[in-house]
Parts: sequence; structure tokens; C-alpha cells
Amino acid sequence: MALTFRGGIHPDDRKDATKKKPIENLAPPETVVIPMSMHIGAPCTPTVSVGDTVKIGTVIGDSSAPLSAPIHASVSGTVTAVEPRLHPNGSRVMSVVIANDYENTIDQSVCPKGSFESLSPEDIISIVRNAGIVGLGGAGFPTHVKISSGLGKVDTLIINCAECEPYITSNYRAMIETPEEIIGGIRILMKAFGLSSAVIGIESNKLDAIPSLEKALPSGGGGIKIKTLKTKYPQGGEKQLIYSLTKREVPPGGLPAAVGCAVFNPDTCAAIYQAVTTGMPLVSRVVTVSGSAIANPKNLRCPVGTMVSDLVTACGGFKEEPYKIIAGGPMMGSALQGVDLPIIKSSNSILSFCGNEDTSVAEPQCIRCGRCVSVCPMNLMPIYIRMYYEKERYDELEKLNVSDCIECGSCAYVCPGRLFLTQTCRVAKARLAEYKKKGAN
Amino acid sequence: MAIDKQLIVSSSPHVGTTEDTRSIMLDVIIALVPALVVSIFFFGLRALTITLVTVAAAVAAEYLYRKLMKKSSSIGDLSAVVTGILLAFNLPSSAPYWMCIVGAVFAIVIVKQLYGGIGMNFMNPALAARAFLFSWPALMSKWPAVFEKAPLWGSTADTVTSATPLVALKNGTLPDYSILELFLGQHGGCLGETSAVVLLLGGVYLVLRKVITPRIPLCYIGTVALLTFIFPRGEVSNLDWMLYNVLSGGLILGAIFMATDYSTSPVTKKGQVIFGIGCGLLTVFIRYFGSYAEGVSYSILIMNACVWVIDRASRPRRYGVNRFARKAAEKK
Repeated sequence: MALTFRGGIHPDDRKDATKKKPIENLAPPETVVIPMSMHIGAPCTPTVSVGDTVKIGTVIGDSSAPLSAPIHASVSGTVTAVEPRLHPNGSRVMSVVIANDYENTIDQSVCPKGSFESLSPEDIISIVRNAGIVGLGGAGFPTHVKISSGLGKVDTLIINCAECEPYITSNYRAMIETPEEIIGGIRILMKAFGLSSAVIGIESNKLDAIPSLEKALPSGGGGIKIKTLKTKYPQGGEKQLIYSLTKREVPPGGLPAAVGCAVFNPDTCAAIYQAVTTGMPLVSRVVTVSGSAIANPKNLRCPVGTMVSDLVTACGGFKEEPYKIIAGGPMMGSALQGVDLPIIKSSNSILSFCGNEDTSVAEPQCIRCGRCVSVCPMNLMPIYIRMYYEKERYDELEKLNVSDCIECGSCAYVCPGRLFLTQTCRVAKARLAEYKKKGAN
Repeated sequence: MAIDKQLIVSSSPHVGTTEDTRSIMLDVIIALVPALVVSIFFFGLRALTITLVTVAAAVAAEYLYRKLMKKSSSIGDLSAVVTGILLAFNLPSSAPYWMCIVGAVFAIVIVKQLYGGIGMNFMNPALAARAFLFSWPALMSKWPAVFEKAPLWGSTADTVTSATPLVALKNGTLPDYSILELFLGQHGGCLGETSAVVLLLGGVYLVLRKVITPRIPLCYIGTVALLTFIFPRGEVSNLDWMLYNVLSGGLILGAIFMATDYSTSPVTKKGQVIFGIGCGLLTVFIRYFGSYAEGVSYSILIMNACVWVIDRASRPRRYGVNRFARKAAEKK
């Protein structure tokens, strides 16, 4: 029996388009636009100005705030602008624009940090921070904070190889092609947490990644176990994955560390491995470019700050005019306003859709089928959240625990009446928080 | 790279199921067809014409009401068709056509549309209409005997009738039918309720298609089975008494197709169990102590009225509190 959680849905995984496509390196882009905010926490302040020469790995933005991560140049060249630019999240964010000189010179600060066996947890945390590593699964939580806040509390290290969003295959390809980097990163994290074991969770639709990872394990396994998870969305949701693997539930508002867990994305592990063994900070990432409008879907490794348009061009352009472009997966990703937007550290995919895959209707209508309640992995009742939201009953919204919503999209996905349930929960959550804040003053 | 068209920038999720209200209702209609075919076999073509009249009246009522109220047409979701078929299934095959039309209009306009349409009504439209039609008790409790086909046109007064098995049960005796006859549907009763086997078949179809879960039907039928097994009446064996009670009347039809109506049943798992058991308790109570022989429709209607309270009382446990959180804390 594959491990699993309560609720969830079974969307068509649509991974075949890129599953068999090895990761290609994108031809170096002419310019990169690197936003100073690619993580949860304080944005960075640019440390370079127009005209400066930068090399790959040169720090171009930093912050003294504890919850932040420095930002590095992803190509070598000249800074041509330091100004607010459009960010994938829809707002304008201070960004550093670099014109590529195609020399690929590497900053002198980039050097191996020695064998991880000899490093202390503090050394590892500082290497991870200086390399600007953030959670690469989508949320972008600074990794050094995750490690330092979990020290002494974490007894179970979990690697999230579920990759449960449809279309996305960037983690899968990394597991097939560079498992030694993932395993190496896991061993560094084990050392940082002082743990002798770790567990990798993989969905059952990616079973061929298991032998690949097993081959990269140190002799005797090194305490790293690989467990098969049922293919179900959102299996890779942090709280769901923790439950599937450990049967522990993260308390409301709490972090995984509250139940002794820390969860990392395999790409994050690989980035940690790179930072320790080569000293290279997080300046590139693998992006799955797919969807019905893309001529030739691919998995591409590209510098952070590459324009979405460059990725689309590298995939043969659009075979048909898209009606929607998404950064991230179709369940939780965010729609983009155009293609002149940069890839940020946490962008795992770019999907574009043509034709009419839009299932929305003019008049959404609840038929009280209760599917939203039975699929909610957080045990919520979206049907009643919507009802009380429309009546602006904040007392009832609080009793319905709307703040627990992880916005996974399952309720809206299954709704036969096509109600915007996830969207409503998201707004209800924000309104309730506002209302409570007002009440406190 | 230029994009001419404006991109849609909406919030996630960006994909959805293909299943919609229409496809669900179509599945329910498919599940009801075998019962209709068997009914035509036992009660003649009038079973079909009655069904056609109720369906046509229900659809027309929905269309006209929404047109008059300047609301969008909703007949495309097929829910009025389902209501029409279920209403017909709750009528004797001798029911006059005017009564079918009155019932269908009552179900659609008064019970469903006045409350806002699909998903908003708090009582099952077909059952509420059946209850309303009992304003003509003589017409509603005249049960043509099987193969005594009522004429398609004109008066049905001369049709040979038979007592339903429930009447015998009411008197504490077993009906004159064999269990097999009850199971196949060869006995008097409402035109869609008699054949347990095809109704169960429809139920299995709905469960396999994930239109319903078996929770409500199993709890409902299970409760009736358990109570009648423990408390038989008259000089009959417990098992016989239980089987006759389960297979007689509208229990199977009600448990599978009426008690599972989305609008009028709870949305939580626990709530559905409570609802099913409640329907079962009330059905046995009415059959044993009420003045009607049948208790299914009133039981479901009474439980319909409790759905709001049941949903509130059976909210799922909050994630991360109680049992599991404690276990995790102990582990540390």
C-alpha cells in the first residue's frame, strides 16, 4: 500500500510531454532581469549600480534582515539598469538588469568549501545563506532559516520528491540525471541537523526514479530511505507529505518543526550540494516549459533572471496563440500578464495553454454535492466558507478554520458547478485576517 | 515575441474536472432507466406515459418559471428531468395525468425554484410533491396489480388493484408474495419502487461513477434491516420479517435515489451516516406506529429538514488538533 493522506484529487498528470526530455542548457540569454525579491521575507537591496561589471556568482543584492537570502549575478557582464521591473507576481520590484558579455567568468568568491564531513552545522547554515538558497519547490522560503530554526527540533528529514502538480518534470529529470547531487545535498542536511536518517517520498507515477536515486546512495544506504507515495494531488503539499510519511499532523499555524519534521525539495538539496562542493551560489535552475501552446516542450536549465520569452523561443515558440501562461503548476501556479517577465529562483515551470481548456461557466451554481468537503486535504468545508463569506460572517469563517486553507485548488478543481471555491477561500482568509487585525486595534 | 491576444490572468487553480452538473444528472437518469423498463413490463405502457408527462411538466415548469422571473434557463442541467422521473416513480401507475402535472409543477416551482433553484431547496422536490399529492389519498393509494395494465387514456377506475406488501406488514403478517417476487418487482406499489434488483443495479452504477457514496443507502437500509430483525411483529421469523420489510415499499428507491439527493442531504461523512440512520429509525417508527403503512417519504422529508443542523454538528475534525497532534507530541 502506497502511503497517502485523506482527501485530494486525481488530475491527469500530463507529464508525458517532457518526462523523457533530458535537461538541456538554455543558450545564454542576452540580458537577465534579476528581481531583489525572490523569496519569502525581506527583499534585498541592490549592492551594484549601473555600469558595474559583474561575474557569475557576484553578490548583487543583500539584506541584513534575518529572513532573507542574498542574490547573485547569474551571468557575467555589465549592469545596465537598477530599477523597478515587473515581477511574475504582478507587482513592480526593484531589479538588477545585466547585459551578458558571454564570457562566463566566475567570481573569485566561488570556490569549494571542503568536505562536508568536516563542516559544523553553523558552517553549513552560513554556506547555504551565502549561496542565496531558497526553497525551490515554489514557496521560496530561505533555506538557511529553515535549517537554523529546526536545529534540535527536527527528528525526521523529509525530501519532497512527490512533484504532484501536473506537467512539471523538473524534479523528476534531476532525480534521473543527477541523483548524486540530490543525495549529496541530503547528506549535508543530515549533517546539519545531526540526524542519522532521512526519508525520500516519491509518487508512484515516478517509480523509475527510485533505482536512479538508489544507485547514488552511499554503500549501506547511509540511513536514507526511499518511500513510495500514492499518486494523488496534493501529495507534495508539506503538511500532506508529512502525514503520508510519518502520520503526524502539523498543528494549525505551526511549522513542520512543531512535529519534528523538516521538508526539502530535491532541487534545493542539489543547490546545497553545489554550494558546498563547488561554491556556486543559486544562479540557475531547471524549468519545465510545457502546455498545449508550446511547440516543443522541454526541461531547460537557465540562469535566474532569464526572460520567459527566451525559454519559449528555445522551445520552438508558440504553435498557437496562448490564452493563458502560468508560472508554476496548473493547480497552484500564478497566471502571467505576458512573456517579458523573469524566471525567479522558485519558478519550476512555465506552462502556456491554447484552444479552449477553460471550463468556467457564466453562472456558477452550487448543487451541494459535497465534493469540495470530501477532497479538502485540510478537512475544511469550502461550501460553507463560500456561503458565510458572501454573507460577510467573519465569526463563522473563523469557526470554519478558513485560515488553515493551503490553497491547493482541489475544491475548485472538483466542483461540478464550477464555483471559484479556492479563490473564495483565499480571499476569505485574507479578509478574516484583516478583520481580526482591525478588531485588535 | 509579441502576443496579440490579451492573456487571461486569473488566480489558481487553472484546470478543472470535466464532470459538471449535467453529466451528474445524466448519470442519475441512466441509473433510473432499468427501473423504468421493468415498470413498463409489470404495469404496462402507462408507466411510461406517466413518466413522460411528469418529466415534460417538470421541465416546462422550470423553463417557464425562470423565463417569467427573467432568470437564465436552467433546464440544460437536466435536474428537472431527474425530478420528473423520481416523481413518476413515486406515483401509482393508475394516477391521472392531471395529478402528474400538478405534482411536477408543485415540485419545481414551490419546492425548488422559490428557494432559488438547484442546490437551494431544503426538501426533496419529488418527495414533497408526493406528500402534497396525498391531498387526494384515494388516488394516491390505489395500486394496480401487476400485469393488470391500466388503460393509457380515460378513467383508470376499473383497473384491478392489489394491496401493497406493506399493508400486510402493517397488520403483522407476511404478504402473499415470495421474496423473489419482491426482489424482482412483481407486486403492487408505486411504479418505480417495486423492483429491488434493478434499483440496486442503478445504485451500484451511481457508486461506481462516484456520483454518490454508498454511505447514506447502506446506513438507511442497514438501520431498517437491523431494527426489523431485532423487533419482528406477529408470528414470523426474524429473517423473513426483515427481508420483507427491506424489499417492500419505497425503501430501496428512497435510500438510493431520494435520500442521496445532494441538495437535501449532509455534505460531511459523519453527517451522511447520521442522516442515513435517522431515515432508517423514522421509517421503522412510522411503519410500526404510524397510521400510514409506508414511512419512507416522510422519513426522508423530516431528515431533509435536519440537514443544516447535522452539517453543523458533524464538521470534520480540524487538521492538526486532537488525536494526531497528541500522538506526535508524545513521540517527541
